[in-house]
Amino acid sequence: MFFRSRAPVLIPVRMSCLLSFKLSVFSTVLLLLCTRFVCCNNGRRVGDALDAEFSGFSVPLEHSFEVDDVAKFRVRGALVLKAGREPSVSLSQNQLSEEDRTKLKEVAAVDGLYRIRVPRVFLQADRQTERQMEGYLTAFVRACAMVESHLSDVIALHTDVSGYLIGVSIVTFPGACRGTEVEDEVDLEVFNTTLSIMAPVNAPGPETALFLERMEQELERKGKNPQEQKSFFAKYWMYIVPLVLFLMMSGAQDQSGGGAGGGAANGGGR
Amino acid sequence: MTDLFVDRLVICRRQQYVGKVRFAHFDMHVQSSKKVLVATEKNVFASLNTRTGEVYWRHVDKTGPEGNIDALLMHGQDAVLVVGNGRLLRSWDINIGGLNWEIVLDSGSFQSACFVGQQDSVKYVAVLKKSAVSLHYLSNGHQKWVENLPESETVQYQAVYSGGNGEVYTLGVVPHSHITIVAYSVEDGEIIKQISVDAPWLSNIQASCAVVGQGMLICADPATVSLYMLDLNVQSQMTQIPLQSLGLEVSPGFQPTVVSTQPNPARPPHSEFFVQLGPDHYQLLQLNNGQIVALRDFKPAMLVSFATTGEKTVAAVMAPKNKTGLYKSGRRLLDTTLIFNMDPNGGKPEKLYVQAFLKKDDSVGYRVMVQTEDHTLTFIQQPGRVMWTREEALSDVVTMEMVDLPLTGTQAELEGEFGKKADGLLSMVLKRLSSQLILLQAWIAHLWKLFYDARKPRSQVKNDVTIENLSRDEFNLQKMMVMVTASGKLFGIDSKTGTILWRHYLDNIPSNAAFKLMVQRTTAHFPHPPQCTLLIKDKDTGLATLHVFNPIFGRKSHITPPALPQPILQSLLLPLMDQDYAKVLLLVDDQYKVSAFPSTKNVLQQLQEMASSIFFYLVDSSQGRLSGYRLRTDLSTEMIWEVIIPTEVQRIVSVKGKRPNEHVHSQGRVMGDRSVLYKYLNPNLLAVVTESTDLHQERSFVGILLIDGVTGRIIHEAVQRKARGPVHLVHSENWVVYEYWSTKSRRNEFSVLELYEGMELYNSTVFSSLDRPHPPQVLQQSYIFPSSISTLEATLTEKGITSRHLLVGLPSGAILSLPKMFLDPRRPEIVSEQSREENLIPYSPEMPIRTEWFINYNQTVSRVRGIYTAPSGLESTCLVVAYGLDIYQTRVYPSKQFDVLKDDYDYMLISSVLFALFFATMISKRLAEVKLLNRAWR
Repeated sequence: MFFRSRAPVLIPVRMSCLLSFKLSVFSTVLLLLCTRFVCCNNGRRVGDALDAEFSGFSVPLEHSFEVDDVAKFRVRGALVLKAGREPSVSLSQNQLSEEDRTKLKEVAAVDGLYRIRVPRVFLQADRQTERQMEGYLTAFVRACAMVESHLSDVIALHTDVSGYLIGVSIVTFPGACRGTEVEDEVDLEVFNTTLSIMAPVNAPGPETALFLERMEQELERKGKNPQEQKSFFAKYWMYIVPLVLFLMMSGAQDQSGGGAGGGAANGGGR
Repeated sequence: MTDLFVDRLVICRRQQYVGKVRFAHFDMHVQSSKKVLVATEKNVFASLNTRTGEVYWRHVDKTGPEGNIDALLMHGQDAVLVVGNGRLLRSWDINIGGLNWEIVLDSGSFQSACFVGQQDSVKYVAVLKKSAVSLHYLSNGHQKWVENLPESETVQYQAVYSGGNGEVYTLGVVPHSHITIVAYSVEDGEIIKQISVDAPWLSNIQASCAVVGQGMLICADPATVSLYMLDLNVQSQMTQIPLQSLGLEVSPGFQPTVVSTQPNPARPPHSEFFVQLGPDHYQLLQLNNGQIVALRDFKPAMLVSFATTGEKTVAAVMAPKNKTGLYKSGRRLLDTTLIFNMDPNGGKPEKLYVQAFLKKDDSVGYRVMVQTEDHTLTFIQQPGRVMWTREEALSDVVTMEMVDLPLTGTQAELEGEFGKKADGLLSMVLKRLSSQLILLQAWIAHLWKLFYDARKPRSQVKNDVTIENLSRDEFNLQKMMVMVTASGKLFGIDSKTGTILWRHYLDNIPSNAAFKLMVQRTTAHFPHPPQCTLLIKDKDTGLATLHVFNPIFGRKSHITPPALPQPILQSLLLPLMDQDYAKVLLLVDDQYKVSAFPSTKNVLQQLQEMASSIFFYLVDSSQGRLSGYRLRTDLSTEMIWEVIIPTEVQRIVSVKGKRPNEHVHSQGRVMGDRSVLYKYLNPNLLAVVTESTDLHQERSFVGILLIDGVTGRIIHEAVQRKARGPVHLVHSENWVVYEYWSTKSRRNEFSVLELYEGMELYNSTVFSSLDRPHPPQVLQQSYIFPSSISTLEATLTEKGITSRHLLVGLPSGAILSLPKMFLDPRRPEIVSEQSREENLIPYSPEMPIRTEWFINYNQTVSRVRGIYTAPSGLESTCLVVAYGLDIYQTRVYPSKQFDVLKDDYDYMLISSVLFALFFATMISKRLAEVKLLNRAWR
């Protein structure tokens, strides 16, 4: 549950965690998704935001929702980005005003869009001036989804390999528009945002080392187990020897029989 | 199971091409020779059979400037080629196509080459480079001498000439100043003389000059409308001869050119020559004792050419409407005419090659080969009979589609019955009766034909495919291949026989055009004709034109496409249809305004209704920008998302969506423990490939982004480190397969990404990009591939039940059909009971290439550039067309022919068993009854 008050609420708690989705059915961990989550709006006061631990810098998160769908961006909150090997982000945002709430509902009624944008930034730059770049990254959800989810959204910032912010995405949870009326005004006051910043994952190359290791193990196992080393003859000698003996015996009999017959024939011819 | 008869004999065929001809020479050294040697712009050197047009042999060199053929000289059995801007000199034996010798020439850009003869025998080849001239033995290629050209910094040497008198002349020019002529001795390369003659009007020797007669250089000057003559043997001034004094006039603004002939390099050129005076005006002149005499005027004349056989030389002139051959032998002039029809759908003639031969009565006969703008070669024999045509435009197919053939008349009649609107009960009954009658009639005719054919021996039953008798076969295996070539010529090819059924040349195609072919209406909507639309876009200006045509007959549609005054950024074919069942094509211009084609009221109304659910994306790779737009009801657009990939780090190489006509049969995969892993089947998913700008082998990488095309959400982002392009990618179902070059291990590697929703579906009835909050699980695995690849495509079948294969075009010309099963990220490292249950192959890092997977056996496809796959009416069968320099068509059966009975299927056995069982049941039933009755009595 989150805190509800009229005062600008906010603040950031950092909760950098490494999630590894291990799919129980797979024998190996096939995917390692690194995300750093920051949860917001847990009801601390604004002043706490300016903690010393944040040596990062702040960029505005803006949003726009208009009945005529012409974007007019206004500040929704401030993103505090912290560069480094594991970049992190936190968000401090204001509540929706009375006016905004009604407008959002109106926009939702005409199936308008709720858009957000963040300026392009370069996280790894040393100086502030180098960080800001020209242009914005934008994303949207349907306004009705925003309303029906009671402002529960998931915002993800994506960076590229070198730390440039390349995209932003927003989804609401639940994501569907079912046309349910949101009666309680209070439901539309506070954003319940889950925020993450994601760097690209490293795609795996061919797993030669592991494969070779396994092959070696198999070879070793075979070497240890002399049972498998046995040749065909070694395995089945007990069947083969009687068979051969039997054949030899019968063959010898035939021959002697034939010899006898031949002799008789010769005799007959005389 | 379906029972059918498949014609297994004609299943795959290949057609070989050579490309647009740059040089062609007829083999003259044997009187009855049937060869013509061609060197083409595709860097192919080939020998064609003049009787049939087939390729005897063909040598395919490297693509690009490295294999470029600069010159082709023919003498006797030897063909001498200069390759790669004067890098190599090669001699081929034209009978067998074997290499006689090859030598590497000194560096320097190539200018010209010629044979050098002495005392009636040709012994050497002279090669002129920018700053040197060298002489090589014709027998072994060894260099006899090489000499630096004097003042080569200022003088541009452009031509080399030898008249068989022991001297080699190099002709150079200082533009708008003077001509420099240097004569070398053939024996030792010593400079015999060096002349410099003022010629302030001349800028290019090869364009406006030619050597005629006993070493007389004749140049044409458009400014003063006169010819200039210079005797190379005597140092002198240039003599000016105004064309007016010969009674000739030049078309205003036309640069006259001189065409001469030197049939034997050991002898000086003939004294007769042509001067082109206008675009369709030629004049035959003769140089007689230093005087120019006008022989004959040809107007209109499109092309001229000389040909020699024995001691006789003919000049051929091609004129519109007919074609005149002018025989010249000694002083007699003889005329014969050969009239043939040009293809009205072809281009204008461009080059004329004449093969002259001596008939038995010592008169001269001739055949001609005409090359037209659309890269077609036509070979014509007297009297005007076309022996063969080669469509060399097909060596450069850009894009293609396969279109279903139309139904036969009777089938169409039946279809039409349902298509038309109901108008009364009685008329409906009558219509039904009449169509039934027609069907009966057709059936009887068919039976009669079967009976009639059965009496004839098999070999005589011919199935010639013509445009008239085209009709869909029972299983839709025969289709029309509509091919678009870079030259702007469109072809309709029957997929079963490979015969070209129609061709259509579009002139005014810009040289750097990009083509996009779309099928707006298929053949399914009788009586509306099928309709294809070709979008032709100039890559520089972005301006586009539309060509609307019927894909079955190739005729241009009567529908006038809209004029497109603005550059076009994107085009998309919507699944919406207008009242005539034509799919709607949306075109987005650079003002982000959308226009629809067709734009009837009905369409606009539908668009307005649908507008809020029509999204599209644009890619600007120069700025690394991917942006999504939504259509508004007034057909304007609004940007809704934007992703910017900084161009300093990486650049977007390709963006690939899924094919719209793809079906996925099963939504999930059954696991070993009987649970289901559901696939993430997002039809709007785009796979974006980027390559790093830093090409250092330690730091270069290939990036893969999966982006939802509607919401702009980045679904997955991965980098393949220490990798480089070119990246080939296939995106289908819930997987992406790509191939890259690993700089670390120096090998090609395949990687596969598969996306799964997990153990339960979020919404199993419908997929909406706007309502899928959970990101999919992404699995990835990579493999080593032992060869580089040229192209990659996946098989496609009607309903998607058949397992998928990847079709890999290899540089060796083979096409590998690689089961997708081998590219499965769930292949386990360690085999377990469950993975065995699932039929997963244990992981091994190397992907095998098994030769039995080559679907084209020994019929290699040179320089394969693309593979097109299309479903057939049979679920098991996928039609495949590979195109490049050659075109190859076949069918593949990724899961074997599971819906087809075998040829040796024993009908007798199965029916006799059935009958036996039936009777056995009857008898046993009767016996049982009797037994029951008896028991009841007891």
